[in-house]
Amino acid sequence: MTLFDFIQRLLGRQKPSGTRAKERLQLVLAHDRSDLNPELLDQMRREILEVVQRYVEIDLEEGDVSLETEDRVTALVANLPIKRARPLPALVNAAAAAAPPRKSPADASAPSSDSESSPGQGEEASPSG
Amino acid sequence: MTSAPARIILICSGKGGVGKTTLTANLGIALARLGERTVVLDADFGLRNLDLLLGLENRIVYTAQEVLAETCRLEQALVKHKQEPNLSLLPAGNPRMLEWLTPEDMQRIVGMVAERADYVLIDCPAGIEEGFKNAAAASREAIVITTPEVSAVRDADRVIGLLNTRGVSPVQLVLNRVRPRMMASQEMLSVEDVTDILALPLVGLVVEDEQVIVSTNRGEPLTLVDNGSPAARAYQNIARRLRGEDVPLEDPSKARKGLRARLMNRIRRTTGLF
Repeated sequence: MTLFDFIQRLLGRQKPSGTRAKERLQLVLAHDRSDLNPELLDQMRREILEVVQRYVEIDLEEGDVSLETEDRVTALVANLPIKRARPLPALVNAAAAAAPPRKSPADASAPSSDSESSPGQGEEASPSG
Repeated sequence: MTSAPARIILICSGKGGVGKTTLTANLGIALARLGERTVVLDADFGLRNLDLLLGLENRIVYTAQEVLAETCRLEQALVKHKQEPNLSLLPAGNPRMLEWLTPEDMQRIVGMVAERADYVLIDCPAGIEEGFKNAAAASREAIVITTPEVSAVRDADRVIGLLNTRGVSPVQLVLNRVRPRMMASQEMLSVEDVTDILALPLVGLVVEDEQVIVSTNRGEPLTLVDNGSPAARAYQNIARRLRGEDVPLEDPSKARKGLRARLMNRIRRTTGLF
């Protein structure tokens, strides 16, 4: 360890390298294990956000779709803070656009909290080898 | 012979140079010394080295390929260790040979060897290509060896995935080249970090030990000379655990228990010094 590293660490500016090693490994292994390259993952992330945004307004700054891995099981974890639900007509249009032949599910109960922002989060997990 | 079927154990790592061959040689000797009839098979015939570590490099005449071609008998190809007659070496092939063995060849030769052994240790080539597939095809269980480095752990993870899909079980882990001081100051992946990530039961911890190099130079595995070096003890303990003995595993980065040692570890963790 160099003097510079030592000072950085004393000041709490730098993590020990072992901790960094573990974080980097966990990230790279999540990708290795799922066989998804970063571009594909990014494309999937964008498409997931697109679909979710049809139904609810989400905070894109805070939102996060990533792969996490624990005990050799990799999961796709989406953490998407919801600002508010879409107004009803937009929902109907979106549903109609997504599935034109079906009748519009206008009766579907949609939470109508317009001004209040609900900090809900959706989690989706799909185990893969 | 009316004994239990042989344990056929693949020793693999993915990455090269992490200590597969050293583990195979030392574990082979240690098991033989515990009275187990042991055969070590060098599955890496392109770059074979197990003969060199065991000091048997000048005694190889035949290989598994001649046995399979029926140009010699199995007993002729098995090279018996002089000091430890319970241990024999079988090289898979000759570096000059061009045609590769198939997984079926490997299964046949291991099947023949297993009839006359209690343990068959297969020293797997590095990588995850043909050589690995051949060796894995003939194995029932596996020991994955890795070091606390990002590249070695990543490659080990790939290998573990492949072993799982092939139904090789159990798969156990040996963590090699552990540097207790660096671990205590968190400048190296810790034992828990590696076992958490790879999610395998730990069957051995081997500290970095200069004696390993000395023993390699001489062609006398550490477990043969019994000089009490830390690595020698670690290899012997792995052999005992494989046989079902309950030998406690101690994390060397946490081993020192005195008040002063604990204080030093604390200082090391917070400052990274010493």
